[in-house]
Amino acid sequence: MHIDGFSMTNETTHRPIEFPHRHLLGIEGLQPPDINMLLDLGEEAVEVSRREDKQKGVLRGRTQINLFFEASTRTQSSFELAGKRLGADVMNMAVSTSSVKKGETLIDTAATLNAMRPDLLVVRHSSAGAVQLLARKVGCAVVNAGDGTHEHPTQALLDALTIRRHKGALGGLTVAICGDIRHSRVARSNIILLSTMGARIRVIAPSTLMPSGIHNMGVEVFTDMKKGLQGVDVVMMLRLQRERMSGAFVPSVREYFKYHGLDSEKLAYAKPDALVMHPGPMNRGVEISAEVADGAQSVIREQVEMGVAIRMAVLEALAAQLPKWKDVP
Amino acid sequence: MTSTNQPILLKNARIIDPANNIDARGSLLVEAGRVAGIALADSATGSPDGTIVQDCEGAVVAPGLVDIGVKVGEPGAEHRETLQSASRAAVAGGITTIVTSPDTDPVIDDPALVDFLLRRARDTASVNVFPLAALTKGLGGSEMSEIGLLQEAGAIAFSNDTHAISNSQVLVRLMTYARDFDALVIHQAQDKDLAGSGVMNGGLRASWLGLGGVPREAEFIGIERDMRLVAMAKGKYHARLISCPQSVRAIAAAKADGQDVTAGISINHLTLNENDIGPYRTFHKMTPPLRTEEDRLQMVEAIARGDIDIIMSDHNPQDVETKRHPFAEAEAGALGLETLLGAGLRLVHSGEVPLSRLLACLTCNPARRLGLNKGTLTKGAEADIIVFDPERPWVVEKSKIRSLSKNTPFEDELLTGKVLTTIVSGQVLYSSDA
Repeated sequence: MHIDGFSMTNETTHRPIEFPHRHLLGIEGLQPPDINMLLDLGEEAVEVSRREDKQKGVLRGRTQINLFFEASTRTQSSFELAGKRLGADVMNMAVSTSSVKKGETLIDTAATLNAMRPDLLVVRHSSAGAVQLLARKVGCAVVNAGDGTHEHPTQALLDALTIRRHKGALGGLTVAICGDIRHSRVARSNIILLSTMGARIRVIAPSTLMPSGIHNMGVEVFTDMKKGLQGVDVVMMLRLQRERMSGAFVPSVREYFKYHGLDSEKLAYAKPDALVMHPGPMNRGVEISAEVADGAQSVIREQVEMGVAIRMAVLEALAAQLPKWKDVP
Repeated sequence: MTSTNQPILLKNARIIDPANNIDARGSLLVEAGRVAGIALADSATGSPDGTIVQDCEGAVVAPGLVDIGVKVGEPGAEHRETLQSASRAAVAGGITTIVTSPDTDPVIDDPALVDFLLRRARDTASVNVFPLAALTKGLGGSEMSEIGLLQEAGAIAFSNDTHAISNSQVLVRLMTYARDFDALVIHQAQDKDLAGSGVMNGGLRASWLGLGGVPREAEFIGIERDMRLVAMAKGKYHARLISCPQSVRAIAAAKADGQDVTAGISINHLTLNENDIGPYRTFHKMTPPLRTEEDRLQMVEAIARGDIDIIMSDHNPQDVETKRHPFAEAEAGALGLETLLGAGLRLVHSGEVPLSRLLACLTCNPARRLGLNKGTLTKGAEADIIVFDPERPWVVEKSKIRSLSKNTPFEDELLTGKVLTTIVSGQVLYSSDA
């Protein structure tokens, strides 16, 4: 069915979007209704994305800048596509390390960009808190696309959308998050989101890859994968960075894979219909076997699709609030 | 403000001089730049003609504070603080003697630089300035600096500032060599490997914020090692800044064992904790990091008990260029000169530390440790004196900060206790306008 521009506008005016936040800096601070609203909006975006005409013009005339201080092809493409499907003008800015070396601070960059009057700013930075700092210095809505080892809210939201589509609801599920919890912003955002929505969370990792204070983070802690996976509904694997594989945190790749890599033998401890997830990019043979990654329980590719959808939802929700914040400095 | 040498009579005051165990009502006479005498209670005070009489109306008269942890931007970062601007901030905070950090650019590791600082101080500073010199060349932690020559040039003691010396052999040789000159070694201990690239206190807070943590063990393993090395070298050692109760215990044990050691802390670690970092506030980034509330409470107890000897401001002016960054990339350090006394009085108002004990840690203790004839109201001592009202509230306003930098961790906070008058060498250099 062909939808013309006029009806596209109507499509979005049937229901006002209630989202009481100017930015999306983290999952922390979101309430269950906020999360449900974004997931519902994400469902609609999935439908839009599966149509022949993938345009939904709610961001027409809006400017979105993707500001990536840390290279990430996947996340950046996902945000770019999301913005374009909503009709925004999208500009990608990769801030090379050289301009940082030239002495331009994060704040200088923010001020320069702000002068270009963007409406939406998607930011990734290697330092925790950097996106929050930047958000205080600009007049537009800011989306955190990952800040150091702090948060990666759209990843947690896309994971939640994927789970909800398969399991109906998040509350009451048992979710195992496995691997490098210590250095993972994905783990932090997921722990906050899943516990806010009433899921039970287990973390499974060698103790060297657990963050300090993990026992007080509202999760059950396991170091034995077989015990930890017993009866879970969802298995979320995390990527192990190459520099942490050989000696500093774990002795070797083969030892890590033996005890903490997800293979079909270990997966058998989870519920038979348990979902296998991974935020990507995967290290096959390090944290996950190829067999499981490409197996029947894997929803890893679906996560990528949900990524675009949830980013459309986030951009739309924040753009809908822009008039409200217009006169707030 | 007077710049004459008129005698000054401070009457109707609560005189506290921890060095002489005095805490009583009375009046104090300053004559020819020195303390001419104290008359307690209602005994008549004779004062010469032309004396300026100040009725203190019950306010406290105490020795001017001696702050042994002050970073000024001279040389190398004069846009952040000069000896002149630091003096203005100091007198407003009741500090009459500052001991400057060797961590400048260039590092104070050459007698000519000590000489430079003393001349700059003579020409531009209004408070007493005593420079520390670097323990190791360039603060590098490997080569001993010229302790004898630096001391002769006027270095009051030796410190590597916040740069811990990892090499135990270097440190023990330094202490052994410094002993020949009766020089005090000031060291801020830390196990560098354990501290790693941490930027705040290790633990749950750091984990949620996604910031690298410095475990408390990084500090007290360093202190425990240092205590063993002190026993080996039989040197004079002052722990620059400790933040964990385990460090207190290690130092107390060494004292009980007869070692010549003392312990210091910054006002920040006595009045703030890791939660004050909130959403990545870089003004609360410190070295060592602010610890938990439980640690802070135990450090306050250690002050009250006498296990920590010296409180310093750890004044470290930083500007927008160094602070307005993501937390991990921002420089550590906070202003402290103007808020040292007001923040310290929080411990008095909360009933945790007696006023005379607080003042001892801020006056006679640091002076004695450095061998300075300061921090006391003994008859004949240089008249470095403050009058303050411990009950007068004030708000720390950014626009009124006298330092060239504005990185106070107490911005917009209410402090109770305000300096009314600051006298240096008999001259009134500061009078509160309100």
